[in-house]
Amino acid sequence: MKIIVCVKVVPDTASRLKVADDGRQIVQTDLTWILSPYDEFAIEEGLKLREKHTGEVILVSLGPERVVAGLRNGLAMGADSAHQIWDPSFENLDAAGRATVLAAAVKHLGGADVILCGHQGVGEDDSQTAGLLAGALDLPLVSMAIKLDIEGTAAVVEREVEGGIEVWDATLPAVITTQKGLNTPRYAGLKGIMAAKKKPMGVLDAATLGVAADAVAKKTERRTMAPPADRPPVTLIAGDPATQAKELIRLLHEEAKVI
Amino acid sequence: MSTTILTFAETRGGALRRPSIEAVSEARRLADGASGRVVAVLVGEANGEAAKTLGAHGADKVISFSGPGFAAYSSESWGRAMAKAVEMESPDAVFIAYTAMGKDLAPRVAFLTGSGLVSDCSGFETEGDRLVARRAQYAGKMISTFSWTTKVQIATLRPNVFALTVPAERACEVVAAEADGTARARVREFKAKDSGKKELAEAKIIVSGGRGVKAAEHYKLIEELGDAMGAALGASRAIVDDGWVSHSFQVGQTGKTVSPTLYIACGISGAIQHLAGMSSSRVIVAINKDPEAPIFKVANYGIVGDLFEVLPALTAEAKAHFQSRT
Repeated sequence: MKIIVCVKVVPDTASRLKVADDGRQIVQTDLTWILSPYDEFAIEEGLKLREKHTGEVILVSLGPERVVAGLRNGLAMGADSAHQIWDPSFENLDAAGRATVLAAAVKHLGGADVILCGHQGVGEDDSQTAGLLAGALDLPLVSMAIKLDIEGTAAVVEREVEGGIEVWDATLPAVITTQKGLNTPRYAGLKGIMAAKKKPMGVLDAATLGVAADAVAKKTERRTMAPPADRPPVTLIAGDPATQAKELIRLLHEEAKVI
Repeated sequence: MSTTILTFAETRGGALRRPSIEAVSEARRLADGASGRVVAVLVGEANGEAAKTLGAHGADKVISFSGPGFAAYSSESWGRAMAKAVEMESPDAVFIAYTAMGKDLAPRVAFLTGSGLVSDCSGFETEGDRLVARRAQYAGKMISTFSWTTKVQIATLRPNVFALTVPAERACEVVAAEADGTARARVREFKAKDSGKKELAEAKIIVSGGRGVKAAEHYKLIEELGDAMGAALGASRAIVDDGWVSHSFQVGQTGKTVSPTLYIACGISGAIQHLAGMSSSRVIVAINKDPEAPIFKVANYGIVGDLFEVLPALTAEAKAHFQSRT
């Protein structure tokens, strides 16, 4: 089974963020970059599929130099090979542009039986690149999987939705997005980290992928970015628990009018 | 200049879901400011009330796709239906609720129509006859505005944020349309959750517990307060990872994003990953023994105290309050 896992490298959620001078993006220097947490579930699921069905797990990540460490991390977890996808013309793409480039990369790599992606990249939180990728590759999509079983070319996938669980039937090849609950990502041990250094990692650029600049022109554009307005200071309620409880219910009813 | 906004109407078991009524309501408000029209798209087997409800909340027209190919959801077939509706109406915007189905569907519609998509919007402004969308990013640490470079502006709308329009009698025509219903992946079965449990993402009130609860068996304090308030139950990542409650309870990054009217955080310190999922709640109450806990920075009301004393007292007060009102 050939498995391609698309991963994104994002700022650590705990990072302090600053808005750049243009007022439209965060300052990207001095940040700690990590694999997007949802993508760790995708890598783990790829490795589990390989353990069960044999085959290979190929990682791809679109981005500048910083994605290399994320890819090495995935290789240390056990993936077989990795490709950084980068070109100066890929700077600042929107989700549609990213999906176009990833689709070209998947095609360049000869396609796959299963394409796994975290269901959203933490930070930008667009939750759309994988769906656009499925569209661009003309493949079916099952998103936010919490259970995945594959026999031959038939996949049975469970996903949590409002009010319950959906069970899906899918025919491979397919794009499947992952979320918490699907598995517990393994840690990369020292042995894995050492092995990762010897694993193949290439760079795919725009010319290799045949992606012209106008093919990744923006369909959406961020106009402004700013921290939210401060919430009003907290009203602390004093007294013994019975008094506090009574006063809180009164405030919620009379002042906030939410109950 | 007249504007047309297309909205996707999501149903479950034939019944229209509330986030879709919110989407049609917001479309109506924007269309009213631009002498525009609202067209809702109903895909699959909907009950007789669905089209009426869409009309009452603002749709001028409902396009319905049904038949055997549309018995079970798939982004492939549903996406084609939406793309067909876009072709029929050439709308300026398409609104889809940011639900599990909406997250799955919207990118396919964006791809098939070659349009830009802005996710998880919580507000819209107009600029001439174009939209500017507002949304939270980076765990709620940033608020961004977005515009589109494509003719059709596709947006997903965060549930529980947009108010419903007051239902009114309105002429609403219902037309049937057809699209290719084939799909290579689709829902086979829906396993409903325990019906006594309220859905987190759409709840008006949420009572949520964290490490301050101290042990799995004490989570019942959260359940009791939740019952007394008719609330959905949530949890921090810490107690989900410890296995005290299932992942479906988790609020925050790698869990659910919620925007209730009232969020009561009990024994939750307020790590940024948790705030990411609940900081857009209208009113936040924090109950925590540590006065320095970051949760108090986002809370409107706070009680510094022992959960094991405060929660039973609050449950009793809440019971008395809600009983006196029924």
